[in-house]
Amino acid sequence: MRKLRHAVRHNQGRRSLLALALASACNPTPGLDGPRTVVYWEKWTNFEGEAIARVVQAFNEKELARAKAEPHYRPIRVERVTISRIDEKLLVAIAGGEPPDIAGLYSRLLPAYAQKGALLDLTLQFQRAGIERADFVPIYWNLCQFRGKMWAAPTAPASLALHFNQRLFAEAGLNPDRAPVTIEELDAFAERLTRWEVRLPGGGVEILSGYLNEVPATRKRLLQVGFLPAGPREWLGHWGGFFGGKLLAGSHVTAAAPENLRAYAWMQSYSQKLGVEALRKFRSGFGKFASAQNAFLSGQVAMQLQGVWMHNFIQRYAPGMQWSAAPFPFPADRPDLANHSMVEADVLVIPKGAKRPEEALAFLEYATSQEGLELLCLGQHKFTPRAMESEAFQRAHTNPKISLFRQLGLSPTAFTAPQTGVWQEYGREMAAAYDAMEHLAQTPREALGAVELRMQGAVDRERRAWLLREGRL
Amino acid sequence: MTPLEQRNLKMGLLFCAPWLIGIVTFLLYPIASALIYSLCDYSVLLPPVYIGAENYRELFTDPLVYKSLWNSVVYATGSVLLSSLVSLSLALLLNTKVRGLAFYRTIFFLPSLMPVVAGSVLFMWLFNGQSGLINAFLAMLGVSGPAWLADPRFAKLAMILMASWGSGHAMVIVLAGLQDVPTALHEAAIIDGATYWDRLWHVTLPMLSPVLYFNVIMGIIGGFQVFTQAFIMTDATGSPERSTLFFVLHLFNVAFQDLRMGYACALACVLFLIILSLTWVLTKVSARFIVYDR
Repeated sequence: MRKLRHAVRHNQGRRSLLALALASACNPTPGLDGPRTVVYWEKWTNFEGEAIARVVQAFNEKELARAKAEPHYRPIRVERVTISRIDEKLLVAIAGGEPPDIAGLYSRLLPAYAQKGALLDLTLQFQRAGIERADFVPIYWNLCQFRGKMWAAPTAPASLALHFNQRLFAEAGLNPDRAPVTIEELDAFAERLTRWEVRLPGGGVEILSGYLNEVPATRKRLLQVGFLPAGPREWLGHWGGFFGGKLLAGSHVTAAAPENLRAYAWMQSYSQKLGVEALRKFRSGFGKFASAQNAFLSGQVAMQLQGVWMHNFIQRYAPGMQWSAAPFPFPADRPDLANHSMVEADVLVIPKGAKRPEEALAFLEYATSQEGLELLCLGQHKFTPRAMESEAFQRAHTNPKISLFRQLGLSPTAFTAPQTGVWQEYGREMAAAYDAMEHLAQTPREALGAVELRMQGAVDRERRAWLLREGRL
Repeated sequence: MTPLEQRNLKMGLLFCAPWLIGIVTFLLYPIASALIYSLCDYSVLLPPVYIGAENYRELFTDPLVYKSLWNSVVYATGSVLLSSLVSLSLALLLNTKVRGLAFYRTIFFLPSLMPVVAGSVLFMWLFNGQSGLINAFLAMLGVSGPAWLADPRFAKLAMILMASWGSGHAMVIVLAGLQDVPTALHEAAIIDGATYWDRLWHVTLPMLSPVLYFNVIMGIIGGFQVFTQAFIMTDATGSPERSTLFFVLHLFNVAFQDLRMGYACALACVLFLIILSLTWVLTKVSARFIVYDR
């Protein structure tokens, strides 16, 4: 029996040696123990994902080159994994103790993640690595801060501007090179750009412009809308910002502040002018955002608030489209709000429990360097969040309006989502309130008043929980 | 206990062990954990902090809980009624002697095999207010169809209608039940001069009552747990105006978007109690109408 056990053990030992030898022979990477692998989760696919892949490849090549130059250096190899709904999956991975080493998140999620203890505090690491505020556009750097600490670094930024269809402008007798400057002007342009198919009492149809409030709803069908104050649901809470409103002042929820009430009353005026039913029907005919049936790309909507990425979709789905972009209009009595925009950014975070935080930081350092960011943002057709951009980058950029989007990020009137751990909930509440206001089921005062009450409770609850955890309560 | 009994007990426990381990690991432990976490402030990422009944206090004053519960009650009631009606009607039709019966049975069962996600995407197109097939059909009848999924008055109805798409499973169960109805009872009723409808009402339905009861209970449990359709068709928001914010969707948002697992566990415990109570009430109420003795 003992002999048998000895033989088995001996055999196992030989097999292990053989496996080791084979593994060593098959491993083409330099260094005694092979590369240090960093697992990187990203949300983007398509050309945006390809741009990230190029950054990863450039970093990996640099590491290999260094390993060749320094024989004892173990290179870092970043492995990119594309993850959908990263906001939820990253959380589960962190909770399960198997997070990636680095991940790409949205800036609006940072406070919630930081507050729940899901991320590494990078303040000291950034100081050591020389990643400094002065190298970045302040608003994007600030997006990565929460409660005085740095939790991330910005990568691809975004700002919003009014996009308009120049062909439709010309058809409506408007100057195709001039965007509306004030909200009042926007409303006037929108009316001229709104078109209906009207059934005539004696038979036949006629195409007419304007809101046609005198024509019964049963006889008219909306063909084209000048402007729709809509957009992705995560923005529906930000319309107040374009009227000077804030959603949070310190720890006070200010959803029903006068500026916000004014903004949503303006937004609601479009439902009143176009008719809720007509608008519903019209909207339900919109195709997917990333398709030629996109309402703006197909010419169903003449003006739309969209981000820097819209150029990519125009190129892909409506290449011949004549379009332009301009800062979103401001109320005529608030010229101090000129050049305003809502901004956010993609950010890189190192989750708590990451197996290789130092190596992840090295990749983060490269990805947020001028070289890394220009490589990324050129591929994603965005501007960089760096304070300086190279001339080569600006020359190579294909978006004709890229400098506008960059300037909007630099504007003192640019604003961001409120820095609170309950923003996800707040955003959902604002979107639900938007629905109720858009369908004329509630007035802005009713809808936003309810949001304010509910969210004040949530902010207080979150603050209490944080103080309790910090031992300050 | 004799040595033989002891040995039998050991062997019995050994054979039961896989099931016992399974139920303890995958059922009792999660239920007990949910119960404990429902008394804590817990984000999964940080250790739970005991806060007593705070989550339950908040739950009972949260208007969204009532809103989502109401949506689930309407959906569960509507979908159970419609699915029961559709499955019973289809089973009755498929229980007749016509040519190609196997083909028809397969065709009517097939939709229930389609994954809910794919079905939801398909129905988003069907319910499209502008270019959807349903409104195109209504237009042929001279009716102007609504913007189903964009109108809070119709969004829940659209999802209830969609629920009938998956009636295939219930249909097969009813069909099996129909084939089990003793022909002697039908023959006796025919001799007594009963019409088809008399036989349906006085013979078939009472004989089918245990099967229908089973389908109703399963339908209610499934109805209260509805999630995927709303998640896909409203992008997890329960829009428009939260008319499709079902209880489980609300629970999901609280757990995975707000990272409030403690509160989500409290919601889950309440849902468990609601389903348990409903099942118990239905069992008591329906006891008078169900015919088990054949």
